[in-house]
Amino acid sequence: MTSPNPPAAKRSLAQRISGERIVLALAAPVLAVVLSVTICSILLATSGKNPFDAWNVMITYATKSDGQVAILNRSTTYYLAAAAAAFGFRMNLFNIGVEGQYKVAALFTAYVGAQINLPSIIQIPLLLITAMLVGGLYASIAGALKVYRGVSEVISTIMLNAISIAIIGLLLVPGIFAPKQGTTSNSIQTDPVSQSSHFFSFNTAGGNLWGFIFIALLVGVAFQFVLTRTRFGFDLRATGRSESAATASGVNVKRMVMISMAVSGALAGLIGLPELLQNSYNFGQGFQQNLGFLGISVALLGRNSPIGMAFAALLFAFLDSTGSQLPLPKNGGFPFEIVAVMQGTIVICVVVAYELVRRYGLKRQQQKVGAQLAAQLAATEKKEAAA
Amino acid sequence: MANHDINLTVRSGTVHALMGENGAGKSTLMKILYGMQKPDEGTIAINGELCEFHTPGDAIARGIGMVHQHFMLADNLTVWENVVLGGEHLYGIGGKAKAKIKEISDQYGLGVRPDALVEDLGVADRQRVEILKVLYRGAKILILDEPTAVLVPQEVDALFDNLRELKSEGVTVIFISHKLHEVLAVADAISVIRRGTTVGDADPKTVTARQLAEMMVGAELPSPESRESTVTTTEMLDVQGLRIAKTDAEGIERVVLDDISLRIHKGEILGIAGVEGNGQAELVEAIMGMLPLDAGTVTLDGKDLSGSLTRARREAGIGYIPEDRHRHGLLLEAPLWENRILGHVTEKPNSSGPLLDPTAARLDTRRIVEEYDVRTPGIEVTAASLSGGNQQKLIIGREMSHQPKLLIAAHPTRGVDVGAQAQIWEHIRVAQRNGLAVLLISADLDELIGLSDTIRVIYRGRLVADADPATVTAEDLGTAMTGAARGHIESEPEAVEHFHEILVEGTEAESDAGPTDTADDPQAGE
Repeated sequence: MTSPNPPAAKRSLAQRISGERIVLALAAPVLAVVLSVTICSILLATSGKNPFDAWNVMITYATKSDGQVAILNRSTTYYLAAAAAAFGFRMNLFNIGVEGQYKVAALFTAYVGAQINLPSIIQIPLLLITAMLVGGLYASIAGALKVYRGVSEVISTIMLNAISIAIIGLLLVPGIFAPKQGTTSNSIQTDPVSQSSHFFSFNTAGGNLWGFIFIALLVGVAFQFVLTRTRFGFDLRATGRSESAATASGVNVKRMVMISMAVSGALAGLIGLPELLQNSYNFGQGFQQNLGFLGISVALLGRNSPIGMAFAALLFAFLDSTGSQLPLPKNGGFPFEIVAVMQGTIVICVVVAYELVRRYGLKRQQQKVGAQLAAQLAATEKKEAAA
Repeated sequence: MANHDINLTVRSGTVHALMGENGAGKSTLMKILYGMQKPDEGTIAINGELCEFHTPGDAIARGIGMVHQHFMLADNLTVWENVVLGGEHLYGIGGKAKAKIKEISDQYGLGVRPDALVEDLGVADRQRVEILKVLYRGAKILILDEPTAVLVPQEVDALFDNLRELKSEGVTVIFISHKLHEVLAVADAISVIRRGTTVGDADPKTVTARQLAEMMVGAELPSPESRESTVTTTEMLDVQGLRIAKTDAEGIERVVLDDISLRIHKGEILGIAGVEGNGQAELVEAIMGMLPLDAGTVTLDGKDLSGSLTRARREAGIGYIPEDRHRHGLLLEAPLWENRILGHVTEKPNSSGPLLDPTAARLDTRRIVEEYDVRTPGIEVTAASLSGGNQQKLIIGREMSHQPKLLIAAHPTRGVDVGAQAQIWEHIRVAQRNGLAVLLISADLDELIGLSDTIRVIYRGRLVADADPATVTAEDLGTAMTGAARGHIESEPEAVEHFHEILVEGTEAESDAGPTDTADDPQAGE
């Protein structure tokens, strides 16, 4: 009998499938973006504004160097937030608590950064580790609750988000994490971090480009490597795809939950650092909010893949940065909310589109394999008949 | 394409059997008849009247009812409540409905008690409730999807009596099965499906089991009939005093496994017979380390594994062919080569140190695809796109690739076409000759008797009986499976002889059990 898999046929099919896979992978997000632009255009038009003017304002800002730097800086933060959420998502662990984790981590890091003043070479790694440790520990509470008590991580992390606000309220008071002497301003914040804690940045024509973008890149590379090239990553993905199969294959799912939750939290710990070490230099009541939830959206849009999330982070950063130009009177006073609407519709559309595309792709492949096998069989039968 | 050129004519008031190996397209055809799937072309006519079904509701309205292989009953409700559920508009939910249930039950001799709780019923009773449910909704055409798969021989006979009763009352029954002697016993007409198309009709009065089988597969048939013994005296697996108790929602302790002790030697296949749900799944999971033990020890090749985790046990040399390959054996959406890694991620060639070795894993997957005749266009396709038989061959190839000392094979040929079945049996036998110990769990008594060296019967979590496959019939084994017989069971020599004749005639002689050229269409969700 001849080999059932002639190599030539095999390669061509593999190529066709992977080529199609790329198209399928791109189809969903592109569709979602197009759809949400349409919806927002209609919304703007009905409110009596010209949507094309709005898009024009946004695109114009993105072509300017200060706009580009703003977009890149923002996307650095978004990317870290997305990576934190995605790490859990890859094993079907829904860490909704990224929000609380990064805030608590940023608070503690700000405190440590203000109290200690070592050479930068030690100081910065120390702060990174502090942030990851605090974020990881805070997330581990949810992990432990899930493993030992069977509490759904969705519920416990949402609760922990609420608790984090209380923790910050409790610690961020004069005499504890904030300086004793009241400042002139009404808001309370920690002492500024020491000079050696400042992260490097590049001076460009458009302003300071945060050096933290390299940390984000590093996280992306490490993310991809761990997931696709290590035993741990295989176990993690197997658990995400089918927990029952993973258990039967020998994955210690409880241990995996603990580790993944901790890693997800540790990554979450980094989210606040670009802001803390490159911009505000202290943690106060005005510290950036909602990055955790944004990260979830970006991870969804980027399909939890390191490259996809990079594009998604850039898109969201583009929308947020350029959207801030819309309300300015010189630009026509568009409502800023249109950006939030757009982000929301993108996420909803993309979730639906991904599911549709996934099902279609799976079915399509089954059909292809069936057709391919039938053709092979016919060929062998013909050969046998001839012989 | 799952089905093409299907022509099927069923006369009213008959039992019409639809036969075909697994994956032949029986289920797809039934889904079309029941309105769960729409045909691309072709027509359906009932009593000469063309009809079109968009949903199962349409089919029910035209008097077609379906009894699924897996029962769809709410355990915590009574029979009466289960029957009425979803059909409240027919006879209300009160006394009138109950009276109707009684009436149907008496009319067709189903013997259903409306007030019994479904959770207290056995499998056969549940099946009768399912049938009653369908009749209650006014069905005149009944589709039974492999109704005997879950029954022991005595219950099968009782079901057949029910079917004859239904027939005499004018109900038409379409009976799907691939068990030859059952079909011959009950059917008035037979249609055979192969590779998604009807290949012929047969008259059960004149056709022999062998002719039918050949129509089904279109080739010479293999048989599980065993050969000279390869059992050695070296002990491989030793299980002592295994006990597992689960606490259910009401806080009542249910003992699922009690005092299980068994020994398997090198080169021995130990078969476990039992009606599903009597602790087989838990026994497997206990040996695999997926369930914590309350008492007892598991020793493999002299090494105590009682406290080890699943991964350590796999590394120690346990191969595992799970009962439900979709849930426990495969990552359906992952490519074949990743599925080859599953379960052996810590072993060569899949990884070196903490790092994966995708190149070596891919290479080895190609080898498995070749050696185990996995029909696939490549190793980058997802496992879901393969047919059940090919998925199973991949799993077996994977498990055999790590020189297991013990193979746990739970229903290794379930949902697998006849061609792949023969190959799977052959792989198990070859490994057995090389000294593999096998724990075989199967609902197919012919397979169990054909392959095993020793048979133990499990009933309500205990090993209650044992038998020598050479001196036992499926009937007597079936009796023991219901808990009616204990200790060592041995059948009448004449009965054994007769049984073996049927077995050989039904599934043909051994020698030529080489790979047969049966194509199997990939089917999702098989």
